[in-house]
Order: sequence, then structure tokens, then C-alpha cells
Amino acid sequence: MTQFSLVIGIYLSALGVGAWLSKFVTSNIARIFIEVELVVALLGGTAAPVLFLAFARVGAFSLLLYSLVFAIGVFVGLEIPLLMRLLENRLSFKDIVARVLAFDYIGSLAASILFPIILVPRLGLIRTSLLFGLLNAVVGLWSTWLLNPLIKRGLTGLRIRAIVLIVLLCVGFWKANALTSLSEEGLYADDVVYATSTPYQRIVVTKGKSGFQLFLNGNLQFASADEYRYHEALVHPAMLVHANPRRVLVLGGGDGLAMREILRRPDVEAVTLVDLDPGMTELSTRFPPLADLNAHSFADPRVTVVNRDAMTWIQEVTDRFDVVIVDFPDPNSFALGKLYTTRFYGLLRARLAPGAMVAVQCTSPLFARTSYWCIIRTLEAAGFVVRPYQTAVPSFGVWGFALASLGPFEVPPAVPPGLRFLNDDALHAMFRFSEDMGPVEVEINRLDNQALVRYYEQEWKRWD
Amino acid sequence: MGLSPWTRRDLLATFLAAPVAAASCRSGAEPPPLPPGELIGPSVEVGHRLRDGFRPEPPADGWVDMPVVIVGGGVAGLSAAWRLERGGLDRFALLELEPDLGGTSRAGHSDVVAYPWGAHYIPAPLKEDRALVALLDEMGVLEGRDAHGGPVVAEQFLCRDPEERVFHRGRWYEGLYLTAGASGDDLAQFETFRAATREWVAWRDGRGRRAFGLPIASGSDDAEVTALDRLSMADWLGARGLTSERLRWYVEYACRDDYGGRLEQRSAWAGLFYFCSRVGGFDDEAQPLVTWPEGNGRLVAHLAGVAGERVRSGLAVTDVRVVGTTIEVVAYDVAADAAVGFRCDRAILATPSFLTERLVAPLRDGVGPRRDGVPYGAWMVANLHLRDRPRLRPGNFPMCWDNVLVESPSLGYVVATHQTEQDRGPTVLTYYYPLTDENARDGQQRLLSAGRDEWAEVALADLSVAHPDLRELTTRVDIMRWGHAMARPEPGTVWPPDRQRAAEPVGRVHFAHTDLSRVALFEEALYHGVRAAEEVLAASGRRVESLAL
Ligand SMILES: Cc1cc2nc3c(=O)[nH]c(=O)nc-3n(C[C@H](O)[C@H](O)[C@H](O)COP(=O)(O)OP(=O)(O)OC[C@H]3O[C@@H](n4cnc5c(N)ncnc54)[C@H](O)[C@@H]3O)c2cc1C
Repeated sequence: MTQFSLVIGIYLSALGVGAWLSKFVTSNIARIFIEVELVVALLGGTAAPVLFLAFARVGAFSLLLYSLVFAIGVFVGLEIPLLMRLLENRLSFKDIVARVLAFDYIGSLAASILFPIILVPRLGLIRTSLLFGLLNAVVGLWSTWLLNPLIKRGLTGLRIRAIVLIVLLCVGFWKANALTSLSEEGLYADDVVYATSTPYQRIVVTKGKSGFQLFLNGNLQFASADEYRYHEALVHPAMLVHANPRRVLVLGGGDGLAMREILRRPDVEAVTLVDLDPGMTELSTRFPPLADLNAHSFADPRVTVVNRDAMTWIQEVTDRFDVVIVDFPDPNSFALGKLYTTRFYGLLRARLAPGAMVAVQCTSPLFARTSYWCIIRTLEAAGFVVRPYQTAVPSFGVWGFALASLGPFEVPPAVPPGLRFLNDDALHAMFRFSEDMGPVEVEINRLDNQALVRYYEQEWKRWD
Repeated sequence: MGLSPWTRRDLLATFLAAPVAAASCRSGAEPPPLPPGELIGPSVEVGHRLRDGFRPEPPADGWVDMPVVIVGGGVAGLSAAWRLERGGLDRFALLELEPDLGGTSRAGHSDVVAYPWGAHYIPAPLKEDRALVALLDEMGVLEGRDAHGGPVVAEQFLCRDPEERVFHRGRWYEGLYLTAGASGDDLAQFETFRAATREWVAWRDGRGRRAFGLPIASGSDDAEVTALDRLSMADWLGARGLTSERLRWYVEYACRDDYGGRLEQRSAWAGLFYFCSRVGGFDDEAQPLVTWPEGNGRLVAHLAGVAGERVRSGLAVTDVRVVGTTIEVVAYDVAADAAVGFRCDRAILATPSFLTERLVAPLRDGVGPRRDGVPYGAWMVANLHLRDRPRLRPGNFPMCWDNVLVESPSLGYVVATHQTEQDRGPTVLTYYYPLTDENARDGQQRLLSAGRDEWAEVALADLSVAHPDLRELTTRVDIMRWGHAMARPEPGTVWPPDRQRAAEPVGRVHFAHTDLSRVALFEEALYHGVRAAEEVLAASGRRVESLAL
């Protein structure tokens, strides 16, 4: 967010600088106007691709971003006063100029609406940026005819430059995929529609035929096509076992999708969501495709968001919860592995109200069988009664969960109607395990051995 | 920036060897200005005056009666206070020269985290170390006992995995023994070494005692074991044909880490003690490490809390003398520039041996064994405050608690936030540099020849080899120069003939300090503090069950 306001601030001040600079343009106004238009086309069109490619070198990234924004601002700031001067010098051209001006304003208004809502989701960031460059270049070219009488010499040169620029941007538009894969190391099968790096992780949203995907550090978190299977499976069993879940805690799950399922239940009075990364929860709140998908959960008055490391947060709070949904990313680093230890589960126990239910996402019992059972056994070692369960989520494969409580419990016989995936049959099928996913001997995951991170790395290495 | 009288190149060449100096000075330009910071104690000036026989006399009305006086507020002195209090003797005073308690186990803290200035961990105790088990029980560090009655340390106090990594030729690897690139012979020798230490772990003397116990007094003094003290660790390895460079680096690292010296300079007894004393009886595994952000400063804080108001800091004891059945303890109040006196029944001297023998009148007069044979090693400790974590390059093992640079004369650094479970953001790195000069005096001189700026530059230049972005991230570097950091267990010094006698009381003056064990360890300081306190408790007619042995 600070980056966003800084960008706006820099842009506005650059506009001022541009306007001030226009004072120094005394002759050849029409020509310079077109030149400026072409520069804006070039800078604006290539901004996103350049930023994308530059991303790997994080150190200089913000400097580059701010310089680009500043440069674009200066040139845009130059344009308008130049137009005004054309207008005042040549009243006879009033019409023409007014048309250009109108086009410019309508253009930027349209851009601000089209950009986030229609274009970015459809075209991807890079293509959107190139498209705007193209529009500017076309306006530049068009102006060479409109302003023809005002330009003394070198009209052909201008036109050639405009055409070259248009061709270049078209090529860029056509080859955008290659560019994206260059920059994101070909990680994503679909177009990247949003990408950002927070101090904690790289967040990427892609868009394909079947919908959206969210990636954190290159790992798929959900696909909009089938995430309902995952989130219904994660949330509802725990919420059904508990007779009256009023206070719910979500750990991780900054995408807000688990929360969407929780908030369906009218008996829920308060939801606390703890996610490390404010960048993630902000995105889920404001980025329209995501906010739509999570049914604007973050706007629900029952919700409180805490951007902290769950490990330190849980040692400081005194609240108790009826249901806890643990939706951390897979344990692929020591920093995440600590959130799956007996220590963490011990701290979690202390936050449970009597009869509380806990559901934990546990990676895949098929692809990472040892890791899965390590999480189950670690929960048991921390004193939980655990019912392992699993279901198929096509984007992920077979996915595993744990339903846990401090005392014995029964899986409820019936699922209320209204869900897309869960019904009575689906619920009961989840608690059955095929031969190739059954229990294996494992070590308990502790802070001082991080057994899980080591299992996980071993197991997923085989599939990459 | 005042690096005089050193040029930067000379400085780095002297402390980090020529290649680092060449590499860090190649860029030609002056390095960026040093982050701010200061030189922390210990009070060198008062120390030197004491050594030179400074003995002021208190005025007639400057005397206080106190049943027991403890001199020195390091681990040994604080442990003695703890044992007296728990044994029911609560009228005592503890006099400490420095403003802060803890001695070589003291800690500092910033807004971000607390960090050590010296001792930073203990191995989880075996059940034989009754004093340590009782202390940890009291602190809530233990959560119970295992099937064999061994103490079980609660998970959050054990060093969080991953524990250690090594930096070798541009890359971080997991663990301390460098397996990457090791030849078959290297690995075979490593196994031979482990087998030899296992034999010593299993060894028992005629009285059923282990070869290497913790505390040492619980182990064996059988000639077969103490004979090892006559060899250096290098001799011992050589005699077994253990020539693998990786193995020798690994064993030497242990000697530098625990004893501040190289293989040739350290007693084989001490070297094997390091590897064998912390291995449990029932499995073959070394005991896990117990640590806190501030290292053993956490243990100090607990003990200091027990001593409470009875601590008087800023008092340098200058004389301890016997007047009939009274012990007179004279101290110099540094802030008030005045002498104060304590008349007591008994005193416990928990000061380093080289000072004890100057402070205690009967020792000055030649009563009891001489202690001046003990050579002391010098250490530099730097605390680097970082705004954020250094960048991890792909393919490198991530930051651990202990981070060691193979090609450096330093021991690398420990990370204070490791145990707070924070894996991002600001932190403090504690950098250890033992001066391993052949001659102890040379090391002390070299230590004091460089000031805050020079040592800060050494630490930054050394760590920048592994972390090119370190200078930008560092906001502060404070330096501690330990002139008499610890007794050096050189061959022949750990088991001198009068080892036992040095710890025995002289009249009503009792002795406690890790120096009496000739190796510097929390367990030894605790043991001697508890033992001395139990001597005093017994003399006062109290019946207490001994925690010492
Ligand atoms: C850099 C470093 C790292 C270490 N790391 C470890 C480790 O990781 N684990 C471990 O177990 N051990 C470690 N040690 C060993 C450490 O020394 C012992 O653990 C322990 O702290 C020794 O305590 P002590 O009380 O015996 O001695 P000291 O710490 O020497 O305490 C003596 C005290 O007496 C005070 N004193 C001295 N003269 C006077 C006087 N005239 N009047 C009043 N007070 C006086 C001093 O100020 C000091 O507080 C380390 C030591 C150093 C230097």
C-alpha cells in the first residue's frame, strides 16, 4: 500500500514538473506534442514488460519503478499544456484540438476503469501495458494528419517513427507470452494477470480458460475452478461436528476462501484471520476477481484480520476459539515447518474453548505420504484426537486434512444442503483411505528436529 | 573513520589472513563508513589496578557485619547465592565489580531481542548433573523425566532445527562436518574418530564412573583417563592416523569453540571431554543443546532474581584477610571512590584464579597451592544489529542458529532471534573471535591493540565474505574485549597434581569459579558455586542434601 501511494505521489509531482517544463517549449509546439505522445507510447507500452524482466534484480527494483513512473508523469504533464497552447494560438483549430483533448481525457478515464476490471484479467499485465502504449502511438500517428498544417518539416520522419513504434509494440503484444515466461521462468501455464512481491513472498495471479490461479512463491494455492472442493472439505467437517461454532480462528488462508465457507454459517459471531502477509490480505480484499471469489469476506463486520507470524501471535493472545482452521502453506521451509510442530500444536491447544474442533490442511497423502502421516502423528503427540481425511482436488491431486479435537468425537451423519461439493456421501467417503495412502512409520515433528520439512523435501523432489 | 594505528589492509591481514585483506581491499575505494557502536566493558582499568596491588582501607565507620560474603557475580558466585538461599541461609551479600551481573555469561538487549556477550548454550543435562537439573526444573525448562529418569527439556528451549551450517568456498552447507566433497577416506576417518569417542563414552572406571562426566567431578580421575592430559589433541589424532583435513578442521573447531585454541595447543583430555561428556548413557546421540536468545544470560537472570537485593554491584573487592575467626572483605566502591568493609564468618571467592590469588591474603602469603600456572585466552565478541536478514542465494542452506565459516579464524556467528522463532526482519548476530596465539600474552596484546572501529571492521569484513549485503544491513556494532576470557586447557594443565586441593577452603575462605575445573563451562561454574555454598551451609550446622555430587 505504501508503494501504491508513493507511486501516485510521484506521478502527480511528475505531472507538475512536466507542466513546468512546457514553458521552455517556445516553437514547434505541434511537432513536439507528437514527439511527446510517441515517448509516452514507448515508455508506457514497455513499462510493464521492463518491470517484469527487472524483477529478478530486486535490489534496484523500486528505484526503477519510481523512475519509470516519474518519467511517464513528466511527459504526460508536458502534453496537456502543449495542447492548450496549440488551442490558444490557433483558434481555427479549436475543433480538432478539442477532439484530441477529449480523446485524451476519455482515454484516461476509460483506462482507469478498463485497466483493473476488464483488461488486466483478460490480457494480463504485460499486454495491457503494451495495449496502452499502442493506443498512444496511434493517437500520435493520427495527430500527424490532424496537426499537419502546424508542422513545418520532417513530417515523414515523424510518421516513420510512429509506425516503427506501433510495429514494435504489436510484436511485443504478440510475443507477450514468451516475455512472461522469461520473467517468471516459465512457471505459469496461463497468463499472469497480477504479480507482486511483498517482503514475505511473491504473489502471482494467473488467468486461463478455466479461471484464476493464485501462486505463492511459485506454489499453487488454489484454482478458482475447483477450490470449492478444497475449502468445503477443509472448513465444514469441523464446523459440523461443533454444535455451535461462534468464535472461529483461521491461521493462514489469506485468500479469504476458507473464511467464505465459515461466514456461510449464521451462528458464527466472530472470525479472526491471522496471515503473515498484509500484501496477501490486501489483495484478497481489493483485487476484484479475488474479492468476488471470497464473497467479499474481508468486508464482513464479523472479521478481524491480524498480519502477524502465527507462531509469535499465538503466544501472546488469550482468546479462546470454538473452531480453528489451520490453512498454512505446505511445509517447504523451516520457517513454515515450525507451524506444524508439537510446540505449535501445544500453543494452539491453549487457545481452544471446551469442545473446540480443529481442521488442518496436511499436504497430499498420496504424493507426500510420509509428510501427511507425520502431521497426523504430530497432532496426536500434542494430545489431539485425530481423524485423518482426504479428497480429490483436481488442480492439486488427492489432498489430505486432519480433523482434531482434545476429546473423542463423531463425524456428523448429515451435511446440510446448499454446498457444491459436500453431501452426506462425499463427507463419509473422505474418511476412508486407499491402500497407497495408509499410515506409515514417521518421526514426530518437533522444533528441534523439523522432521517434516525434511520428509516433505524428499517426497516432493520425486515429482518435480 | 579512525582505523589508526592500523591501515585497513594490515588490520584485515592480521586478523583475517591475507586473502580476505586482498579481496576486501581490492575495490580500492575506502569501505563505507562503519555503523555506530561502542566498546563494552569489562572494566579493564579497575582490573589492572587490582592486579597491581591497589588496596584502599575503609574508614572506621565504613564496616558492615554480614554472615557470608560472596565475591564475584558470575555464574559461580550467583550459583553459590542460589544454593545458600535454597539451603535456608538468606543473610549474605554478593559483591560484583561490574554494573551488570553474569561475568562471561552476561547478556545485552536491544528493542528487537536480547543477545549474549559470552556463553550462549548448555547441552541438555544428563540426570547425573543434579544441580543443573534442579536449576532447570525450578526455571520451568524441564517438562518431566524420560523412562530412564533422565530430564526432558521442553521443546521450545532446545535449539531449534536447523542448528548449524558451514560456509565453504562461496556456499552454505547444512551441519558442521563438511560432507560435501568429502572423499571415502575422509568419511572413513570420521567414522574411526566417532568409534573412538564412543569407546570413551562407554568406558567406566573401577568405581563405575564415566571417563568424562559433567560436572567433571562426577567423572573419573583414573590414571588411564588423566594420562590423556599429557598429550595435545593433535598428538592424539596423529597417533591414530587421523590426518583427514576435514576431520581435523572439525575437531579443531570444537577446540577453538570451547577452549579458544588450536589442536596443538589443547589437551587431548579436554578435546575428548568435549565430544564424550555430553553423550547420554542410553543412546549414542550427543545431548541436544539448550539455548535462549540471550544465551546463558537467561540462566544468569534467573539466578540474579534469586539473589535479589543482596547483590551489591559496582564494588571491586580489593582484599580478603583473616582476623582471628573473622574474615574481613574490603571493597572499593567505584562510583563513590571510597572503600567499604564487610566483617563476616565466611567468604566465597567466585573470582577468576589469577585475581583470587592476589585478593586473598593467605594465598598471597603462600598458603595453599599456587594458581598462577593457569594461562588465560583472549576473546573478542561483536554484536551486530541488523535491520533485516542477509539475502540467501539459491542453492545455499538457510540461516541457522550457529553459522560457521570454514576459511575464517573466527567462529562465525549465532543468531539471537533463532529461539524467538522469528524468521524474518531485524535481528542481532553475535560474532565470536578467539585469539589463538601460541603465547597467551601475545593474544591479550593483540586483542587490546585494536579498538571498537578496528574490531567492527574485522567482523564486517569477515562476514561480508559470506554475506555481501551485510554492511548495508548492519545498523550497529558493539564490541566486547575479553582479556581474560577463560583458562586455556593446555596439555598438562587440566590435571595438575594439586587439582583437588585448589578447590578446598583455606580456613573460612571458600573457592568457587569455573577456573577450578580448568575448562570454562556453565556446568563447572555451577558445580563449584553449589559445592562452596554447601561447605558454608554444612559449617553453619544446616543439614542439606548435596546437589553437588
Ligand atoms: C566468549 C565466551 C563464550 C563462552 N561460551 C560458553 C558457552 O557457550 N557455554 C558455556 O557453558 N560456557 C561458555 N563460556 C564459559 C563461561 O566462562 C562460563 O560458562 C561461566 O560463565 C564462568 O562463570 P564464572 O562465574 O566461573 O566466572 P566469570 O564469568 O569469570 O565470573 C567472575 C565474576 O567475578 C567478577 N569479579 C572479578 N573480580 C572482582 C572483584 N575484584 N570484585 C568483585 N567482583 C569481581 C567479574 O566481574 C565476574 O562477574 C564462554 C566464555 C566466553 C568468554
